[in-house]
Amino acid sequence: MAQRYRLDKGGRIDRDRPVDFTFNGRAYQGYAGDTLGSALLANGVHLVGRSFKYHRPRGIFSAGAEEANALVQVGEGAATLADLKATQVELYEGLSARSVNCYPSLDFDIGEVNSLASKLFPAGFYYKTFMWPQAGWPMYERFIRKAAGLGEAPLEPDPDFYDKRYAHADVLVAGAGPAGLAAALAAARSGARVILADEQHELGGSLLSGRDEVDGKPGSDWAAEAERELRANENVRILPRSVVFGYYDHNWIDILENLSDHLANKPADAPRQRMWKVRANQVVLATGAIERPLVFRDNDRPGIMLASAARSYVNRWAVRPGESAVLFTNNDGAYAAALDMKAAGIKIAAAVDLRAEAEGELTQAARDAGIEVLAGHGIAATEGHKRVRRVKVAPLSADGRSLAGEARTLNCDLVAMSGGWNPTVHLHSQSRGKLRFDAELATFVPDRAVQAERSAGACNGTFGLADVLGEGFAAGEAAAEAAGFSVEKAPRPQAGNGKFLPARWLWLTPSSKPVGHGGKHFVDFQNDVTAADLQLALREGYTSVEHVKRYTTTGMGTDQGKTSNVNALGVVSEFRGVPIEELGVTTFRPPYTPVTFGAWGGRDVGDLFDPIRRTPMHSWHARAGAEFENVGMWKRPWYYPKAGEGMHEAVQRESKAARESLGILDATTLGRIDIQGPDSAEFLNRVYTNGWKTLKPGAIRYGLMLGEDGMVMDDGVTACLGENHYLMHTTSGGAAEVLAHLEEYLQTEWPELQVYLTTVTEQYATAAIAGPNARKLLAELTDDIDVDPDAFPFMSWREGTVAGVWARVMRISFSGDLSFEINVEAHNGLHLWQTLMNAGEKYNITPYGTETMHVLRAEKGFIIVGQETDGTVTPVDLGMEKLCSTKKDFIGKRSLSRPDMQDPNRKQFVGLLPDDPNEVLEEGAQLVETVKSQPPMDMVGHVTSSYMSPNLGRGFALALVKGGLHKHGQKVYAPMPGKTIACTVTSPVFFDPEGERLRA
Amino acid sequence: MLLIPCPYCGERAENEFSYGGEAHKPRPEVPEEISDATWADYVFLQKNTKGTYYERWIHSHGCRRWFNLVRDTLTHEIHGAYRMGEAPPKVDEKTYV
Repeated sequence: MAQRYRLDKGGRIDRDRPVDFTFNGRAYQGYAGDTLGSALLANGVHLVGRSFKYHRPRGIFSAGAEEANALVQVGEGAATLADLKATQVELYEGLSARSVNCYPSLDFDIGEVNSLASKLFPAGFYYKTFMWPQAGWPMYERFIRKAAGLGEAPLEPDPDFYDKRYAHADVLVAGAGPAGLAAALAAARSGARVILADEQHELGGSLLSGRDEVDGKPGSDWAAEAERELRANENVRILPRSVVFGYYDHNWIDILENLSDHLANKPADAPRQRMWKVRANQVVLATGAIERPLVFRDNDRPGIMLASAARSYVNRWAVRPGESAVLFTNNDGAYAAALDMKAAGIKIAAAVDLRAEAEGELTQAARDAGIEVLAGHGIAATEGHKRVRRVKVAPLSADGRSLAGEARTLNCDLVAMSGGWNPTVHLHSQSRGKLRFDAELATFVPDRAVQAERSAGACNGTFGLADVLGEGFAAGEAAAEAAGFSVEKAPRPQAGNGKFLPARWLWLTPSSKPVGHGGKHFVDFQNDVTAADLQLALREGYTSVEHVKRYTTTGMGTDQGKTSNVNALGVVSEFRGVPIEELGVTTFRPPYTPVTFGAWGGRDVGDLFDPIRRTPMHSWHARAGAEFENVGMWKRPWYYPKAGEGMHEAVQRESKAARESLGILDATTLGRIDIQGPDSAEFLNRVYTNGWKTLKPGAIRYGLMLGEDGMVMDDGVTACLGENHYLMHTTSGGAAEVLAHLEEYLQTEWPELQVYLTTVTEQYATAAIAGPNARKLLAELTDDIDVDPDAFPFMSWREGTVAGVWARVMRISFSGDLSFEINVEAHNGLHLWQTLMNAGEKYNITPYGTETMHVLRAEKGFIIVGQETDGTVTPVDLGMEKLCSTKKDFIGKRSLSRPDMQDPNRKQFVGLLPDDPNEVLEEGAQLVETVKSQPPMDMVGHVTSSYMSPNLGRGFALALVKGGLHKHGQKVYAPMPGKTIACTVTSPVFFDPEGERLRA
Repeated sequence: MLLIPCPYCGERAENEFSYGGEAHKPRPEVPEEISDATWADYVFLQKNTKGTYYERWIHSHGCRRWFNLVRDTLTHEIHGAYRMGEAPPKVDEKTYV
């Protein structure tokens, strides 16, 4: 029968909207307003998962974020989500969920033998067992991951998209229970901008589950009124389905908002989740409290749940979580659950109370309602494999450490347990706020705040609804005042003020045998950690709570000890005889609940992850079939394959054409920095190794830029455009770094220099034409630039009209041949390129990409910063000592005279010629002078660039070799898999060493 | 994420800034005249203070100006920001063990 355990009336569900869903392939029905957890319980499904280590049957044990058992996999394929808590998944039409961590099925799980063999799986099992041999670890790890894994991550790319948003608030309120609503009301009434976030879809928190009245009406009505008032206030932003999961420095708050996971028909254009990043002037934490389980023998059977959860299922979701219940408590407050269950028609077999004197307002009310109260009793054992069937109840000795009488058996299918309450102090703790052990509540409560935050309500250790509401209003008022708003104190609402005390703090309920000798007393349900595991860790010498945590894994994982932390401390405290307050508490870390990677990424995925820069000529390159290479953010043509060509063929053809007739390269991507001001030449003198004061307008000079450590950081040519006006070129990938470097020195070291830097990289497009016919082509396209070698010598620039547009032509060469770099305004780049291509046809003008550019420059021994250098290479290492002026200081100069820089055995820049001319060394290959039969061998250097050159007719390479400047002519060897390549060390200049071609 | 008071722009989030290490560590006037050890100290070594620290920042995604900040490296409390060349604010300096 559908929803057999649904109560006839009540609950915050919409009975007119039935919702169909499946769990482990079976069809069920619930109602709108259900969670997956409440809907399963309404259908009598208690067994929902298997435990992490022992694969024990587990049921729904809570009604919220603290759920440690009911972890489910939701959805299929790429959009599947692992390890969601069934108690937090909003039910929607067509939802499909299944259990995690069971094989082959939930009902019959092979891994359960782990439970029978649990003596073999003690605390620290993995550390003890998988020690040897070390090489076995990859195999062990596979085994461990499979055996102990939880859900499955999808293998496909995430089909959903995610949002990220920044916001500011005067007052941010985390949690919309009674305290949070009160705080938000108080702050909003002052005119403050308020953000109120709550993890649930409905505001109200505990008011939705209890039966408390506020100002004479049901608490949920008061919550609804509060929400109406807040919604009507335009300064208030309400974020339901939004968990405040991180609290960072200077009141920076991260919130994860669910936008469409709860929708059956997700609009295609709706993001799945949104991450809010909020800077709040003031924060009010109103995150409530989480009930503690009790630690007793076999306390993990399906049907054993927190008393407050049982009460929530009855009141909020109109579900009977059982037919016959046993209450097991150490405090008065839990009797509210027994009373509400009884009112809902659930038989209360008995209330088992650890307190010798079971007193209190609610305890008395339970007695008055006819509930049998067994004071000074504990549950000594439970039975029932896939659902609790009965419990054995026995009187306890006065100290509570042993049984003091015959056990009595109670039949039941539900145990509602309460071990007191843990304030949810996670966010306060994340904000670096201190915690204080409250002996009366036997838990940690917020102590001094470090940031502009205050806790209110149960998360502050305040129980009793009137006090909670009062503290909420006070916190909201104080926060608004601190944010600079004037506050009128509102009257506090009337409400009952029952606390859950009195209570008896007994951390471990005894059974007939010592702990570890029969049954399991679970402390951490998610990580399958028992009291016996904790005691073993202590016996083995792990006394610090941080060590106990890591050795046993208690309080770890996605659960972060929400229900287990204090119980673990209690067990440790009792075993060691040390008060809990002296043990300290482990650190709470963000996130409070798991956050998907997609939400962290937001929209910064795919093409938006990293911007792409394209030159004005990009469309031409694409049409010409170019393959592109990423250089910094730029897309640069790599090579232009013709039909039937691979990279090798294309590069050989391009390299030959550029030497024999005419090549053309898109050089737009070079970084350009405009430098102006009366001290510009002095500035260049300080940042480059060579001298700049003699450079005249119209002339160009090559510069080498070092870091203060003496290592090469960039190189390029700088043109003197006029008096006190220069144009610096940087490497394509280094432009931003160089500009930052220059600005740093100008602003911090030499503020007296009058120099102004402007990045003009994107203002120009550049086509470099190179080869013996370059001058002829340029001459055809300009009337006003005299291209005669005497009028326009190497390393100079001229301004004029090329292809009908303004151009600045630089006679520089990175290929080693006669070359002109024609700079035009960026919007004319494509026009220039097309004009050059058309006019150059008679010279077989050949576009070449970065690969051919590399081959050509390597033939000339020109370095590429970042390829021949790696941050450990000095100008001396490169044989460029002549570029380092001895007449002035420059950045990095002093470092060049440090003793280790003078070492003649530093790696130095050389050329390499493999003995076999057909051999092309691998870039990065290590070089040795003495070959041994197997590693290790003494390495003397490595290959930095290596190509097959059609112009040299052989393979050649550039390399860094220890003492290489003095080893020309000697042999080095590159030991490769299956062969050793012998090479001769040479000068790095292979082509036109006299430079006649580039000066032609 | 820190909230950094740029002296030119006002309070901005940390991800608009880049870090520049220890402040008030001027480049030696005549590097040639100092010892290798003093130079190496300037280039490679920075104080690693647990407590009040004077450090440089640049508002790289804002006004692109360098400035100095006084920050407690343990608590991240910011005691003030000031322009290059200005004197630091008076701060009750702390170090922790």
